[in-house]
Amino acid sequence: MTRFQEAICEKLLLSAAWTSGSIVVFIFAFMLFLGLPLLSGGHFFSLLTAHWAPQQGSYGILPMMAGSLFLALLGLLFSFPLSLGCACFISVLGPAKLRFLLRKVVELMTGIPTVIYGFVGLFLLVPLVRDIFGRGGLSLLSASLMLALLIAPTMILFFCDSFDRVPRSYLDAVDAMGGSKVQKLLYVMLPNSVHGIAAGITIALGRAVGDTLLALMLAGNAIHIPHSCLDSARTLTSHIGLVFSADFESLEFKAIFACGITLYLFTAVLVLVVRGINHRLRRPL
Amino acid sequence: MNRFFEIFFVIWSWLSALCLVGAVAAILGFLCVKGFPALNVELIFGNTEPLSALLLQKQVFDGLFPAIVGTLCLVVLSVLLAVPLGVAAGIYMAEYAVGYVKTCCDFLFDILAGIPSIVIGLFGFTLAVFLHKNFSDQVYPCFLISSISLAFLVLPYIVRSTQISLEEIDPAIRNTALALGASRLQNIIHVLLPRALGGICSGVILAIGRCAEDTAVIMLTGAVAIAGIPRSILGQYEALPFYIFYISSQYADQAELMRGYGASLILIMLCTLLFLVAFLVRKRIAYQAFYKA
Repeated sequence: MTRFQEAICEKLLLSAAWTSGSIVVFIFAFMLFLGLPLLSGGHFFSLLTAHWAPQQGSYGILPMMAGSLFLALLGLLFSFPLSLGCACFISVLGPAKLRFLLRKVVELMTGIPTVIYGFVGLFLLVPLVRDIFGRGGLSLLSASLMLALLIAPTMILFFCDSFDRVPRSYLDAVDAMGGSKVQKLLYVMLPNSVHGIAAGITIALGRAVGDTLLALMLAGNAIHIPHSCLDSARTLTSHIGLVFSADFESLEFKAIFACGITLYLFTAVLVLVVRGINHRLRRPL
Repeated sequence: MNRFFEIFFVIWSWLSALCLVGAVAAILGFLCVKGFPALNVELIFGNTEPLSALLLQKQVFDGLFPAIVGTLCLVVLSVLLAVPLGVAAGIYMAEYAVGYVKTCCDFLFDILAGIPSIVIGLFGFTLAVFLHKNFSDQVYPCFLISSISLAFLVLPYIVRSTQISLEEIDPAIRNTALALGASRLQNIIHVLLPRALGGICSGVILAIGRCAEDTAVIMLTGAVAIAGIPRSILGQYEALPFYIFYISSQYADQAELMRGYGASLILIMLCTLLFLVAFLVRKRIAYQAFYKA
């Protein structure tokens, strides 16, 4: 192959990389362009803080932001202890065969479609919640329980990876001093993988906020700021899915670009946080 | 005190493992118990003859056949769009990129992987409206727009799996051909890519799974409840995950709900199958199959 062909191929590969990368910028620019009427009128920031009352001409997305955050944090609250326990089981505590088995189950979970979680949640979990609490079948509680299952594999696999990165010599030192498995885990592995755990939680938070189907199918979609776990709520993501049928030129429709831009920026910030954590991780101690 | 805490921690770990496995078993068990009775030829083909439906001679009205075909077509087109671009970008990132180009692209791919799928769906929808207004009245949210949006969604998976499987190749192997006088590109084509094939393939299979299961994107970009087999890339279409979503909120009677259970069971079997294939491929079967005949 000639030098000329080599150069051509390199340029082709380079352009593929830039094309893929520019899609990210393109998506943002496109939403910004279509949401421009919101920005130019100084509406954008009032949209973020106002309530949703279409009759009075107020299209604020504050209730949806509250709903998204409430749901994601509640899901994380259920999921984190579970995930940490499972990750510890897989990495250290369980018997060898069960560890392998649980790991395979967790990997299988990453392949289960979100819509299946929603479907089963709707016909299995929602009646259960309604029976136990008397109300609130379609509520933040049902949605967040299913969400906890959805984001658990992300966290578990991430935690396991960060446990695996603890230097071998540290673990040998504990073994040499006669420490038990659980002591090794609690006093050496956990303190040494705090960064990895933080990164895992951040990524899971991103997934929780970005999830649409569970919120749409299980959270009930009422537009108000939720006050308890049994309240129904609407998230930014399900709002985008729902307002869809409205007239394209209306301000009501334009408000979903505010939702889209907010979600985009939020996930971008989370990516920055994870990168910051990983950067500190790579720095020698 | 510490002693108690240690014991508590062990018990907690066992409990969470049990809890997780229990939850997954409950989900799968529930679907199997409810879905198996619905699983038969009629579920897929309705009242139409299976053979004539498969040969596209007759339309299937009350079966899942159009939804399954829609999902398959969607997966094929999206992956065809995403794989060449993604693999090329991944090769560049692993083998050529240095300095600020690498940092910059790395960051962009991280963001792309993090964007919620509904935002990509919103982008696809506005793209369709934009094209409709400015270029052609023929363009509506349609099959093509869905495929492009889904391709954007899975692009980072393919880029990352290509990049990682190239980067983790042993430096000794990486430098051998170069030392023998091969050029950089020859080294990539004849040495590195065959080695990385398993990783790349399992990335592609994961991307297929992601395309098959995603509902948020297609919900906004042209999937509808009843459309028949997709006839043109500018037409609307049915898809399995959207059908499940639609049934869950709009079912009229028990029979439709049963069809929803059946559809869920089919989708989950499809995704589990893809997962198993990805698992086998990662064990270097791809390399053996393609290069060591």
